[in-house]
Amino acid sequence: MSSRIFHIAANTFREAVRDRVLYNLIAFALLLTGAAILVGQISIQIERLVVINLGLTAVALFGVVIAIFIGIGLVSKEIEKRTLYTVLSRPVARWEFIAGKFVGLSGTLVVNASCMAVGVFAALLYVSRQLHGSDAWVLVAIYFIVLQFLITTALALFFSSFSSPLLSAVFTFCLFVAGSFAEDLRGFVGLSHGLQHWMAVIAVYAIPNFSALNIINQVAHGNGVSGQLVFWNTAYALVYIVAVLSGAIVIFEYRNLK
Amino acid sequence: MRRRRTIRIAAALLILSCAGSVFLLRLVDRLRENATLEETIYISSPRLLKHLSLGYEGLLADVYWTRAVQYFGEQHHNDSGEYKLLWPLLNITTQLDPHLVPAYEFGAAFLASRPPLGAGLPEQAIELVEYGIRNNPDDWHLYYDLGFVYYDLKDYAKASDAFERGSHVPNAHPFLRIMAAQTAQHGGETRTAQMLWTSVYETTHDPQIRDNAKSHLVSLTADLQCEELEQIVAAYRQRTGRNPSSFADLVRAGMLRGIPVDPTGTQYRLDDDGHVFVSQPADFPYSEKALPSGYVPRRR
Repeated sequence: MSSRIFHIAANTFREAVRDRVLYNLIAFALLLTGAAILVGQISIQIERLVVINLGLTAVALFGVVIAIFIGIGLVSKEIEKRTLYTVLSRPVARWEFIAGKFVGLSGTLVVNASCMAVGVFAALLYVSRQLHGSDAWVLVAIYFIVLQFLITTALALFFSSFSSPLLSAVFTFCLFVAGSFAEDLRGFVGLSHGLQHWMAVIAVYAIPNFSALNIINQVAHGNGVSGQLVFWNTAYALVYIVAVLSGAIVIFEYRNLK
Repeated sequence: MRRRRTIRIAAALLILSCAGSVFLLRLVDRLRENATLEETIYISSPRLLKHLSLGYEGLLADVYWTRAVQYFGEQHHNDSGEYKLLWPLLNITTQLDPHLVPAYEFGAAFLASRPPLGAGLPEQAIELVEYGIRNNPDDWHLYYDLGFVYYDLKDYAKASDAFERGSHVPNAHPFLRIMAAQTAQHGGETRTAQMLWTSVYETTHDPQIRDNAKSHLVSLTADLQCEELEQIVAAYRQRTGRNPSSFADLVRAGMLRGIPVDPTGTQYRLDDDGHVFVSQPADFPYSEKALPSGYVPRRR
């Protein structure tokens, strides 16, 4: 079972590389190099702040875009090219296909994020000539960003299991935006009453809480994060991913592929 | 058969993980209370936020406005008496959308109010409302709010001037002209304050501003009643040569019909010097005359 998932994952990774997904690293490197040189000349006292903010925001946006645009095609592209039938005609269960696709794209995003993390630290080193102890929190922020990628990938895969690529992209993007404002939505819960209140409560728990996973500002100012938050955020992200993938598996199992 | 088993397991996992994510989200929330508001400390520049909004500053202004109301509501509910983020939140909101009039009205009411019921920042309240007037010169409500801020500062000349300016705005409430005259002539009188706050209470649509006006009115009523009771005490002293030991003495002397009660229904108290005051001063946050001697509002 695990070897079948591994093979699908490895193929997904290989396909992403072949699709030149990792070329985004060049754009990222150019952006960060330009920013580091520019910031070094025009920003007084806030070079590190700008590099961390810009670097981590770029890591997040590049990754989310990849997660959405590759994720939405994971199932539909296989159906379109009819390669899915070849895979499923072998002793591969449908859920293994979904799990393998998820692991494959997640691997691509982790490799991508790791390369970008190296770039962020290099830019940081360039502008401030040395790294500080508080810079270790940047790693925690990147870890949280990777958790966001994993949730986004699971969502893209979920929508891809029953919808067209375009609609899947729209749905996933909308959920990403809504999830980024999840804590503001929680504010509405406190201010609303009656039916509106209950609808807001359902929405708050249904959409992914990306705002809890966004600590870019915090770490840019050298502030740390509690170990408890790291633990519970990890647990939340994993459980949410399991929920979304389970939904994708149920739908995909029911789907008539003939 | 195998497929059905997979579906059953996946469905069970789905239900369990949905419940699990709700539970975990509640835990995460507890660890991150007020996290969105703390963001204001990190990005407090409205200009930067304007750029970051990529042209959608109206939407971002709405988000910040909601945050301001939510922040004030929570602090008020917790009786914290501290509103340090109210000014940056309202400043960002109005810089992003200079035409969001409710934000100016809210700021005038709660930035200027003394702690523990407001932020105690009248200068910022004036700055905010003046900015609002510059951007919305035809909205008479803003002149009315500005007049109130000055009135609270006991700067009756400027309060009257603000009401006067507002009365010249097209479609202004005719009451503004009366308020301008009344404030100029009888600025420091409790009856004038009562008239002004009654007008706020009757004209506002915001429940929090209405509650604030009610709180002012209750305090002013207590002030007026205490003044009247102290006049009766003075009359008793003139008649008997001593202060009454309790309100019962005044009732026995036929000067009161019964033991007087404040607007909340609690009995007034009388000290040895003949000073009349309320039993629960915390219920009269804006009172100036009905408080016990040496009373200092408590902050939690």
